[in-house]
Amino acid sequence: MTTKTKQLMYGTHAAGEAAIQAGCTCYFGYPITPQNELPEYMSRRLPEVGGIFIQAESELASINMVLGASVAGARAMTSSSSPGISLKQEGISFMAGMELPAVIVNIMRGGPGLGNIAPAQSDYFQATRGGGHGDYRTPVLAPASVQELADLTFLAFDLADQYRNPVLILGDGMLGQLMEPVVIPVRKKNEALPEKDYILTGAKDRPARLVKSLILDVKEMEDHNWKLHRKYQRIEQNETRWESYRMEDAEMAVIAYGTAARIARGAINRLRKEDENVRIGLIRPITLWPFPAKALRDAVKKTGDFFVFELSAGQMVEDVRLALEGRGKIHFYGRPGGVVPTPAELARSMARHYYQSKRSRKK
Amino acid sequence: MKGKIVIDTSMCKGCQLCIGFCPKKNIFLSSQLNAKGYFPAQADTKKVCNGCGICALMCPEAAIEVYRDDEN
Amino acid sequence: MKKVYSRPKSLRNVSMHYCPGCGHSIIHRLIAELLDEMNLQDQAICVPPAGCAVLAYNYIDIDMVEAPHGRATAVATGVKRVRPDNLVFSYQGDGDLAAIGTAEALHAANRGEHITVIFVNNAVYGMTGGQMAPTSLIGQKTTTSPHGRTVANEGPPIRVCELMAQLGGPSYLERVSVSSPAGVRKTKAAIKKAFEYQIKKSGFSLVEILSPCPTNWKMDAMASCAWIDEVMAKEFPLGVIKEVQC
Repeated sequence: MTTKTKQLMYGTHAAGEAAIQAGCTCYFGYPITPQNELPEYMSRRLPEVGGIFIQAESELASINMVLGASVAGARAMTSSSSPGISLKQEGISFMAGMELPAVIVNIMRGGPGLGNIAPAQSDYFQATRGGGHGDYRTPVLAPASVQELADLTFLAFDLADQYRNPVLILGDGMLGQLMEPVVIPVRKKNEALPEKDYILTGAKDRPARLVKSLILDVKEMEDHNWKLHRKYQRIEQNETRWESYRMEDAEMAVIAYGTAARIARGAINRLRKEDENVRIGLIRPITLWPFPAKALRDAVKKTGDFFVFELSAGQMVEDVRLALEGRGKIHFYGRPGGVVPTPAELARSMARHYYQSKRSRKK
Repeated sequence: MKGKIVIDTSMCKGCQLCIGFCPKKNIFLSSQLNAKGYFPAQADTKKVCNGCGICALMCPEAAIEVYRDDEN
Repeated sequence: MKKVYSRPKSLRNVSMHYCPGCGHSIIHRLIAELLDEMNLQDQAICVPPAGCAVLAYNYIDIDMVEAPHGRATAVATGVKRVRPDNLVFSYQGDGDLAAIGTAEALHAANRGEHITVIFVNNAVYGMTGGQMAPTSLIGQKTTTSPHGRTVANEGPPIRVCELMAQLGGPSYLERVSVSSPAGVRKTKAAIKKAFEYQIKKSGFSLVEILSPCPTNWKMDAMASCAWIDEVMAKEFPLGVIKEVQC
């Protein structure tokens, strides 16, 4: 595999290759559509670079193999799609409590339950609220292109090591199956990362180490929770990412992430082309947790209208409401169940809200 | 005397496995409670101990040290 | 007089939380003795379970990582694949291994992972207060089988060694008990052999240990040992169940 050159790749393959370039040596997973091309890719590529691939007996086993590999010092990842990610939550919670790094890719599908295998954004709540039991958070990266999927996978391993925390990549069936030109990042040793002084290697010439999440003493447990909380605050301060598009003159800001943001761009461009007086822009959260709340609060000073578009019945819209704290007017357009609207369909809904707001402002 | 045992009575929980398995029936329960609130096992120094170590083998608390005469 | 036995170095000098006469304490001590004798203390990594033995890390002085309930063999797989030269063993109870973690255990065994499983079978969920385990005997009264386990409602107890023996992966499966001096010696020998299998990278090894739980069995320690010998060992026959020459 040559890197630095542009090549046409599937999203799942690009994520796999970026992981390998990021130094990931362990992949453990279980088949589920629409992400099977990622474990397939890793089963072929990892042995070529001396890595470890196991198709585990379940999602539970695969996330716990990740836990074991991580505590042994390796960069490890797993991937799945919505129902499988539910099963992994136990292990993710344990790793959050034990402060172990890991990268988990969720190529979301329609739900709830078995749902379907079409692209959806149905797992936003699960991803951004910790997902499993206990008081914890995991950074959630939401790429909108194959290139960004590769870049954010690469970044995810650094974030995981830097903060000793599991990091989620939230894609959907569309992004995973899409082929686009991509340049895979090449690893340079990140000197800024902390030394892994917690990993288990056998207690040779040092006291025995213990990695655990059981803390029976309530005061100690509270202290640990506050320590984790301070870490999450640092992540909020340092790692919030978003992209603004055509927001310079915007009277209405569309808020959308991932595949939905691509459709939104198409719809915005279409409306601006049809009517040169249309002033609609896009704020695209790249990290869903931490959510770019400040970017939205800054935007509300210029634009009072927000149009939230999700491939769900409305999950991120709650974060938008929390961010705006009652300011601005929030419109919502959601398509759950694996339906992916065209830019034209989305544009019709956006235009209706945009022109209505404009008329009421004139009054 | 062929052998002797030293019981760390502070560790003992009075389970009596040593008492039950001692082939010489040389161990008995003390009438003094230890700090944990158990009546700990105690060696009867008046009786002959083989130093066989069965008490230590069965002791869940690893609370018994075993000594033996070199000749034996 | 010469000291012929004292507390092993790899067992921390603290009192264990286990109940009087608990088999876990004996098994911990045996593991610590072997770590000393085989010079493995500085390369061993243990994955303790959820259950009474979750606090094993307070007692055995080696690197440890906790696993979610039942997942110890999956965690051990991850550790061992990354660190093939370390001694990696899980320590699991009957609920952990034979109920919630059956899939992980069977598949790790079937893959022939070069790990060792110390499987403590005391026919009951100890830590949670004496509920029925997958290995509870027919007729055994527990807090969730108050009238005794029945085949009709719960099915018969699971024999883990025999189940695993059907798989191609495991190399060494032996069932022992810590209910007598001879049994304790055999248990130590079995764990030693299992560790040797791993050191020679000869595949998956598991030692099933019938172990007293006097508190939840509502017996004293001696009666618990007698119950293992007279009742439990009839359901769970002792001996080597599978051995592939390494």
